[in-house]
Amino acid sequence: MNIVVLVKQVPDTWAERRLQESDKTLDRASVDVVMNEIDEYAVEEALRLKEAAGDGSEATVLTMGPSRAVETIRKALSMGADKAVHLTDEALHGSCALQTSYALAAVLKTLDYDLVVCGSESTDARLSVMAPLLAERLGIPQLSGARKVTVDGPTVRIERQNEVGYDVVEATMPAVLSVVEKINEPRYPSFKGIMAAKKKPLTTLGIADAGIGADQVGLASATSAVESFTNRPPRTAGQVVKDEGDGGFRVAEFLASQKFL
Amino acid sequence: MAEVLVLVDHLEGKPKKVTYELLTKARELGTPSAVFLGSPGQSAAALEGLAKYGAEKVYVAESEEIAGFLTAPKAEILAGLIDDKNPVAVLFPSSVEGKEVAARVAVKTGSGLLPDAVDVDADGTATQSVFGGAVEVRSRITTGTNLVTIRPNSTPPVEQAGAAQVEQLPVQLTEGAKAARIVDSVVESAGGRPDLGDASVVVSGGRGVGAAEGFGLIEALADSLGAAVGASRAATDAGWYPHQHQVGQTGRTVSPQLYIAVGISGAIQHRAGMQTSKTIVAINKDPEAPIFELADFGLVGDLFTVVPALTQEIQQRKG
Ligand SMILES: Cc1cc2nc3c(=O)[nH]c(=O)nc-3n(C[C@H](O)[C@H](O)[C@H](O)COP(=O)(O)OP(=O)(O)OC[C@H]3O[C@@H](n4cnc5c(N)ncnc54)[C@H](O)[C@@H]3O)c2cc1C
Ligand SMILES: Nc1ncnc2c1ncn2[C@@H]1O[C@H](COP(=O)(O)O)[C@@H](O)[C@H]1O
Repeated sequence: MNIVVLVKQVPDTWAERRLQESDKTLDRASVDVVMNEIDEYAVEEALRLKEAAGDGSEATVLTMGPSRAVETIRKALSMGADKAVHLTDEALHGSCALQTSYALAAVLKTLDYDLVVCGSESTDARLSVMAPLLAERLGIPQLSGARKVTVDGPTVRIERQNEVGYDVVEATMPAVLSVVEKINEPRYPSFKGIMAAKKKPLTTLGIADAGIGADQVGLASATSAVESFTNRPPRTAGQVVKDEGDGGFRVAEFLASQKFL
Repeated sequence: MAEVLVLVDHLEGKPKKVTYELLTKARELGTPSAVFLGSPGQSAAALEGLAKYGAEKVYVAESEEIAGFLTAPKAEILAGLIDDKNPVAVLFPSSVEGKEVAARVAVKTGSGLLPDAVDVDADGTATQSVFGGAVEVRSRITTGTNLVTIRPNSTPPVEQAGAAQVEQLPVQLTEGAKAARIVDSVVESAGGRPDLGDASVVVSGGRGVGAAEGFGLIEALADSLGAAVGASRAATDAGWYPHQHQVGQTGRTVSPQLYIAVGISGAIQHRAGMQTSKTIVAINKDPEAPIFELADFGLVGDLFTVVPALTQEIQQRKG
């Protein structure tokens, strides 16, 4: 079985994230970056599926992002993925979600896959739309929000959490799968894994290599545009009081003062 | 006036509150038409409410296939309707499904997509709150139809009578739309309380609650306020409360009038799902807990004494 796992490099959630005044895109240069947390679960699931499918199966990492995103690729390779494709090009800067899905789909069309695995959401964009966008563009089934996956021959079955419980959803491969963090416990790269990652094949593609037109991606032709933004002052702490045996009463007094009671 | 489509979010036909919020918002952009997609017969339960909140038309598509396959049938029907009616905007609820349907419609119609807006102006400019509420962004769509998903609790729903004239839509799905089949649906959540997304008050419990039994205290406090119950990931992972109630980055995003965090430290991933609540109250025994940094009112104390006393005090005051 061939699996392509999508990973994204994002600013550390703990870091203060800002938009740049110049072009109103995320300032990625000045912050610490990490692999999008949920993508570690996507990589783990891809590896487990590959291992279960046995010999001859391969997991390929695919990322679109600036040159330093190669750090994220390395991490996925050191966890155990076999090879990687890095789509990187100045022209991609400022791409919206639709353009990103277009570009990723263009690369995916050149790869051999049974399953495309991605995270349910990136911590910077928080869109949660990549799986349906790719499913639509590639014309393959969408199995999104999986908290459990089972593969049975050509059939993939997931438990998809919803607001009151879960749905069991089933499709035939090839398919796009997105996972939530409930699905597994990602492994840590071993020392051996880290050493091996350095020798694994990495293909770097520009947009021309992937057959992506410059007018299809990037800030200038994005399908939505940021008009303006305001940095909101961080929420400030209000009153903090210590329980002196009257804690319940004090909270009720506050609720009443705010007209909740 | 130009037509604005609103995708009806419903449970067994009964519209959720967010649908009325979207219809209220849609009236500022044009003439609202509701789009009801569901199983045969379900729309009957929706029409009265949709009329009450100003839907002039209700497009109805009902078929077992709409409910039987994941998102793609809904996207296909909506994309067809957009081609046909050329609306100025389509408003979706910012639920998991709402966003997924909107994404597919965007590809099908060659339109831009503004997910997770908290507001949208008459000219189509949407406001989104990003990076856990630290930055407010105003964006516009540059290509195609305005597709905007709007977070629940962003606008108070206001009644205004509409004609709610029903127009049936044919359901002729391509094979491609029937690729991801829903073979089973399991209900896990304890019913009876308001839905997390809809509730104007949410009471959440975390690791501090200590055990599944401890959630009895959280539920009692929630019931005294007519609130929904939430939980941190520590609590859902421990199996103390169903996963559907998790609030945070990988759980639900809530934006109620009042959020009460009990025995929750306030990790960044938890904050991501509740930071835009209007008023935040925290009860935690550790004065250094980060949750106090964003609480409007913080009480440093043991939840096992404070919460029962608070519940009793509220019950007394409410008589
Ligand atoms: C990819 C990823 C996604 C995540 N998504 C989410 C998410 O969606 N939602 C989420 O919540 N977390 C999420 N997390 C986990 C998050 O990082 C925290 O681990 C989690 O929120 C901690 O839950 P907690 O506050 O209940 O527990 P803790 O951090 O252990 O805090 C418990 C608090 O209870 C207090 N306490 C203990 N006993 C009492 C008492 N008797 N009375 C009063 N107070 C008491 C303690 O002082 C402490 O502050 C995610 C993590 C990752 C890596
Ligand atoms: N630039 C990118 N390169 C590779 N994968 C991506 C990229 N952007 C998003 N993804 C994948 O899509 C998932 C959902 O992201 P999003 O829809 O942006 O919230 C992520 O968890 C990644 O797996």
